[in-house]
Amino acid sequence: MEKYIIAVLVKNHFGVLNRVASMFRRRGFNIDTLTVGETEDPEYSRITVAFTGDDKIKTQICSQLNKMPDVVHIKELEKGDSVIRELVLIKINNNKAFKQDIMSVVDIFRAKIIDYGTSALTIEITGESSKIDAFIDLVKEFGIIEICRTGIVALQRGTGSILSDIK
Amino acid sequence: MKLSGSEILIRTLIEQNVDVVFGYPGGQVINIYDTLYEHQNEIKHILTAHEQGAAHAADGYARVTGKVGVVIATSGPGATNLVTGIATAYLDSVPMVAITGNVSCSLIGRDSFQEVDITGITMPITKHNFFVNRVSKLADTVREAFRLAMSDRPGPVLIDIPKDIQTALWDYEPQDAIVPDEKYAAHDDGLAEAVRLINEAEKPYIYCGGGVISGDASEEVKALAEKTDSVIGCSFMGVSAIPTAHERFLGMQGMHGHYASSMAQHHADLIIAVGARFSDRATGNKAKYAPNAKIIHIDIDNAEIDKNIPVTCGLCGDVKLTLGELIAQVEKKQHPAWQKEVAGYREEEKRHEVKRESMNPQNVIACINRCKDADTVIATDVGQHQMWAAQYCDFAKPRKFVSSGGLGTMGFGLGAAIGAQIGSGKKAILVTGDGSFGMCLNELATAVSYHIPVVIVILNNGVLGMVRQWQTLFFNQHYSNTVLDRKTDFVKLAEAFGAKGYRCTEMADFSEKLQAALAGNEPVLIECLIDKDEMVLPMLPPGGSMDDIIVERPGD
Repeated sequence: MEKYIIAVLVKNHFGVLNRVASMFRRRGFNIDTLTVGETEDPEYSRITVAFTGDDKIKTQICSQLNKMPDVVHIKELEKGDSVIRELVLIKINNNKAFKQDIMSVVDIFRAKIIDYGTSALTIEITGESSKIDAFIDLVKEFGIIEICRTGIVALQRGTGSILSDIK
Repeated sequence: MKLSGSEILIRTLIEQNVDVVFGYPGGQVINIYDTLYEHQNEIKHILTAHEQGAAHAADGYARVTGKVGVVIATSGPGATNLVTGIATAYLDSVPMVAITGNVSCSLIGRDSFQEVDITGITMPITKHNFFVNRVSKLADTVREAFRLAMSDRPGPVLIDIPKDIQTALWDYEPQDAIVPDEKYAAHDDGLAEAVRLINEAEKPYIYCGGGVISGDASEEVKALAEKTDSVIGCSFMGVSAIPTAHERFLGMQGMHGHYASSMAQHHADLIIAVGARFSDRATGNKAKYAPNAKIIHIDIDNAEIDKNIPVTCGLCGDVKLTLGELIAQVEKKQHPAWQKEVAGYREEEKRHEVKRESMNPQNVIACINRCKDADTVIATDVGQHQMWAAQYCDFAKPRKFVSSGGLGTMGFGLGAAIGAQIGSGKKAILVTGDGSFGMCLNELATAVSYHIPVVIVILNNGVLGMVRQWQTLFFNQHYSNTVLDRKTDFVKLAEAFGAKGYRCTEMADFSEKLQAALAGNEPVLIECLIDKDEMVLPMLPPGGSMDDIIVERPGD
């Protein structure tokens, strides 16, 4: 099973996210992460879906999405040809005994402490999912209070854009 | 000129050449019904007994005419009663526009009286749906709904219109009726590969789905079969695409398909699937499906290609245009060995024919075949009677068989027969069973009120026959909740609704009653008493392949 990322350009109507997510659900396709937001043209939104599957599943997902009147364009974002990021906020216990260790991990991963209290601190980190997973693994020993992940956002490298594909 | 939303709606329907709608009034569509009253000379409204019947009627109307069927229902229960009808149309790719009223925008989301989120509910069973929140968008939304319903692979579209949108005023500019999106043939690269596969084939088999009917490609299928010396079979949805009497036509294939058709498909070295979707009912066990065949799949819906069965060559395009390209490019071939092999399957099929004098399904359908003409519409409900109709009814023209294939909706038949009769202007025969008929028989009232010449033939075996058949074959004769043993008197029931009703136990009597009914112009119900252990055969057991085919009733 491979990991895939597709960017889906949709009309910026209410209910579109529901339609797209509902198609995945009813046809039994699993979503790993899904993010959505307006594009530089407010007429369109961009949904980034990451999922695990094979080529056949990917083709079927794209064909099913293509049939939806609100879907304008679909683009697969291949790993080598795209920048892929996820943003995570992690709240961990602040413990004097670990303080230096926490600082070093934050430093090595180029993360940021964005909220600092005597008993808890919140770290912000962006990166590819593998980096995030490794970071979470390392800070586990400090005691994770809660995590909030945005899910994957991605853009293709180079001058192209999903909107320029349709114009 | 400023018009109300409901006036804009009805004028836009008239603009789309809609002359009949099916529906049921209610609080949140009362304005629409007021406008229908004003326009009753332009649009005829057929009032059914239940919204489900209206949805099935719009579906039946669309299946026989190829036009978009239109149904109107109120909010809440009116809208939810459409759901089975919309899902039926969706699974069989029938063009339909369903219009529902809803509570005013200010009341939406507050669990108001008769409020339901019908766009949410119907999202997975429509091609698309709309919630109209501005009257300025209403006319274009209706036009877009018609375009979507008709274009590419047809299907149902729902428009939900809150009450305040129906009363709000806006400008209306009439436009021409929407035409479906332009059709296109499959891409040249795929065509070239398909041509090569066809030229190399020794045992070609054309598998027609419902897309041959909706894509108006019957003539092209026949022409391709002629040029390539292929035989032709069909899925349940493809029944009536090719005339029964056509020399290359072997009938329906699959779970209850004709022996010769299923065998030819199983042994073919090339299957050309046209407007079909390799449903589990058509293929049996997919792992053992046509083991030696390469497959060309032509469909307007790209998502169908490789969805259920991996194919050798997928051609996404209009079936009529794509077949036209193939016919022009393939070599003319003769396959005498293949034709001889298929003739052998036909011989074998003949040996399993049921030849009993009594009143049985085969004889009833044979009698219907003798009494009907080429334009008569055959509608069915769902179950054993449906399979017998698909197996034994003769068809000379497409769009004469109206039945719920994908969803398998018991209770579909009577509403659909009424809509089909209105759409075709010809006689309609509903072949049904006592179980299915019991589900939506209230539409007898509609047939009587509108003098619909529909002949209802109930094959009454007193049981839920199809489930019983499975219980007999696979569940140790445990007849769990399938013995109806009801005291319903169908003759009196028909009379109570104001129709004529007859009960027949002899074939001669049935023949006489059927002819008289078809000569008249009113609904007639004829109940035929048949044995509870009649079976639909052949049968591929669930999950089975051609090796497991059952051709005879155990003990026969």
